[in-house]
Amino acid sequence: MTTLKVNGHDHEIDADSDTPLLYVLREELRLNAAKFGCGLGQCGACTVMVDGKAVLSCVTPLLLLKGKEVTTLEGLGTIEKPAPIQRAFMEEQAAQCGYCIAGMMMRAQALLQRNPKPTDAQIRGELQTNLCRCGTHMRILRAVHRAARLMDTAELTTSGEGSAQ
Amino acid sequence: MNSPVNLDRRQVLAGGGALIVSFSLSDAFAQDHAGAPKPPGSLATSPYLDAWIRIDADGITIFTGKAELGQGFKTAFQQIAAEELDVPFASLKVVTADTLLTADEGYTSGSQSTQYSGTAIQNAAAQVRELLVGEAARRLDLPAETLKTQNGAVIALDGRRLAYADLVADNMLHVEAQPKSKLKNPATYAVMGRPVPRVDIPAKVTGGAAYVQDMRLPGMLHARIVRPPSYGAQLTECDTSAVEKLSGFVKVVRDGNFLAVVAQKEFQAIKAMKALSRAATWKEQPGLPKQDDLLAVLTSLKSNDKIIFQQSDPSATGQRTIEATYTRPYQAHGSIGPSCAIGQFVDGTMTVWTHTQGVYPDREGIAEMLKVPLSSVRLIHVEGSGCYGHNGADDAAADAALIARELPGIPVRVQWMREQEHAWEPFGPAMVTKLKASLNDSGKIVDWNFDVWTNTHSMRPGGAGSMLAAQHMAEPFAVPEPKPLPLPAGGGDRNAIPIYKFPNAKVVHRFIPAMPVRVSAMRALGAYHNVFSIESFMTELAELAGIDPVEFRLNHLEDKRGREVIEKAAKEFGWQKGQKAPPDRGYGFAFARYKSLAAYCAIATEVEVDRETGRARLARAIAAVDSGQVVNPDGLANQIEGAIMQSMSWTLYEAVTFDDTRITSIDWQTYPILRFDAVPDRIDVHIINRPGLPFLGSGETGQGPAAASIANAIANATGKRFRDLPLTKSKIKGAIDA
Repeated sequence: MTTLKVNGHDHEIDADSDTPLLYVLREELRLNAAKFGCGLGQCGACTVMVDGKAVLSCVTPLLLLKGKEVTTLEGLGTIEKPAPIQRAFMEEQAAQCGYCIAGMMMRAQALLQRNPKPTDAQIRGELQTNLCRCGTHMRILRAVHRAARLMDTAELTTSGEGSAQ
Repeated sequence: MNSPVNLDRRQVLAGGGALIVSFSLSDAFAQDHAGAPKPPGSLATSPYLDAWIRIDADGITIFTGKAELGQGFKTAFQQIAAEELDVPFASLKVVTADTLLTADEGYTSGSQSTQYSGTAIQNAAAQVRELLVGEAARRLDLPAETLKTQNGAVIALDGRRLAYADLVADNMLHVEAQPKSKLKNPATYAVMGRPVPRVDIPAKVTGGAAYVQDMRLPGMLHARIVRPPSYGAQLTECDTSAVEKLSGFVKVVRDGNFLAVVAQKEFQAIKAMKALSRAATWKEQPGLPKQDDLLAVLTSLKSNDKIIFQQSDPSATGQRTIEATYTRPYQAHGSIGPSCAIGQFVDGTMTVWTHTQGVYPDREGIAEMLKVPLSSVRLIHVEGSGCYGHNGADDAAADAALIARELPGIPVRVQWMREQEHAWEPFGPAMVTKLKASLNDSGKIVDWNFDVWTNTHSMRPGGAGSMLAAQHMAEPFAVPEPKPLPLPAGGGDRNAIPIYKFPNAKVVHRFIPAMPVRVSAMRALGAYHNVFSIESFMTELAELAGIDPVEFRLNHLEDKRGREVIEKAAKEFGWQKGQKAPPDRGYGFAFARYKSLAAYCAIATEVEVDRETGRARLARAIAAVDSGQVVNPDGLANQIEGAIMQSMSWTLYEAVTFDDTRITSIDWQTYPILRFDAVPDRIDVHIINRPGLPFLGSGETGQGPAAASIANAIANATGKRFRDLPLTKSKIKGAIDA
């Protein structure tokens, strides 16, 4: 048994220690957002945050996560109460099939947490790791810019509501 | 008016004592009177209104036989139905492809969902509304003309209100559609034509269960396949004893060259797959063609040649003639999520949850493979990762069925690994086109010759032989004979017949039956390369004639809607005759009407070329599109933006690689696609709406024009013409330095 902190809660995990975080999230904790895309760390569909940093969960084994805090897209907000990044992706209709989107959002969230006002070039540079096959890139970029503005507004009113960190 | 006829029919059904409560699809074919006018869209093949719309205590449900693949049509169909039924958008539910519940609409492909299914829903909704009004008129004893519909109810002038749910009785909607419907006047639309937010996006951005990959059925086990290392490889030895000792191991399923393992947990299944793979010995046969000389490979294979278009006017003769050859490699769909399916075999019935584009044809294939009647197999479509054509979806469905049969009662989920998706998906076929044209003194094309060499562009199931699992079984099913897809839509010859008018023209489709590489349908089929070729060549000819490429196209185009699309894209781009792009930049233009019968699309682009590295980057794309009556303008824009981005990736980067035995492009390292550093500064999509005109398929219309527009812009930037896809930086660098 390994204790793993995900979205603010401790979980007892019954899985081999070499199991990548992705399978722990999807199977043990029944979370949907992080996706299997390549299992090779090449596409970013599995991106989650570990201690606020974007991490490829498909190549991060459970044994490396002792004492760390994992945040998934589910930990940011809900349909009823979406986090700024989720609101932004809805408002920009930034998805086609959407399979890559959770990973995109988590990487963008990690960027915005460390750099609340990124330039367009910084956003593009950050998202370089993540692949989208439908060609939704323009909307994803607009959504990240919008999320930055929404977070900025949220900071002023409720000091960071919607962020699990 | 329709309603009296329909009500009579209802009374006949009820009066005959055979009140058909269950919804029946098979009736549709029995009622098909030859020669009688048919209702529009897919109502022609599934004419019963309750195949599309059902109203009961739970509310109103819309049924489509098409599969949502991320195109967003589910939202568009909900808009269409809400509009014609006069009900709130949010009150509707949409059920997609399911062999037990929905009409058989074949495959979700070819940009036909809105054209066929959307049209069926629109007309069914209008006819249902009329039936409801007719029923209300009867109950209220008022003329139907005095009644109106609003918010899910029929309302009389005196304010009396009858809710739809209260009006529907017996089998009122189990009637055949009439050939004509009283559709709403587009000027009164309140839901259609507006950018309604997609219904599926909230779940997708909050971690809701949105995909077949997210399904978790009680007691579900996980399977992985060990695919052969190459086409035709034979499994000669496989000692499973080491695998059986692994934690979570449940079962090895072997049937000839089909090898799979089932485990309790997903990562256990992956570890078991790796162990099983190590334990398996395969005998391989080299048989793949030379990847770096596809031009010679394709033009030397035996082909069945057919002149698909010819016209002549001996009085028109040309002075200057040019020729060009264009090639396209095999290209991959490259879904971000590897294919997945869940099979469950309960009491003799196999249920498969799948992201296939065709639940009905797949059901046939799976039933044939399992040697069971069709009625013992049910396929339910659940969204997957975007597929862009025939990827591994159908194969994964067959895999799940074959494995689940060995574990009765237990749901078994199988997902492919990345390298399996890349190596085993059926690729977009390689193509060669040879063009030759002559100009007269006034710069008009007087003679046009177009030859295209390629395989079939669809090996989709129907039969079991199209599915890998069935091909690999000990008693294998043979791969079916490939067939060319019929025109006007065509397959490898899709868009081969030019939309432009030339006095002399000849188009030859050289169909190659032999398929050394596994191929099938990829977004736009042959239209991607044919339009790339035609529209590159049109600009080459314009240059030869010394005429602006936009003007040159208009000089040869009579189609009024096509002309307007070209003019719109040129205007919004700021296209000027004789313009010069900034240094190391180029402007390009291209146009097509997809399949010669679907949406029109023109794209102007600006590309920058790094002379040091040869790298081309699309900086700006301005598109104009006419897809008839627009249902959801933002959804349409999203599709066109995506088409441009994806086509740009195919065009600049993508080629499947292989040695003489194995596919060697097996992940994102070996098959690179576009990343964010290649994303344009701007893409604008301008929609020309055509209120009241038929919906025209648009999901694939951008593919060809984007490719040619980019190639034309690279030529404009570098002064060099590139005709061999993909237009990689090494090719561009080589040409610049030459």
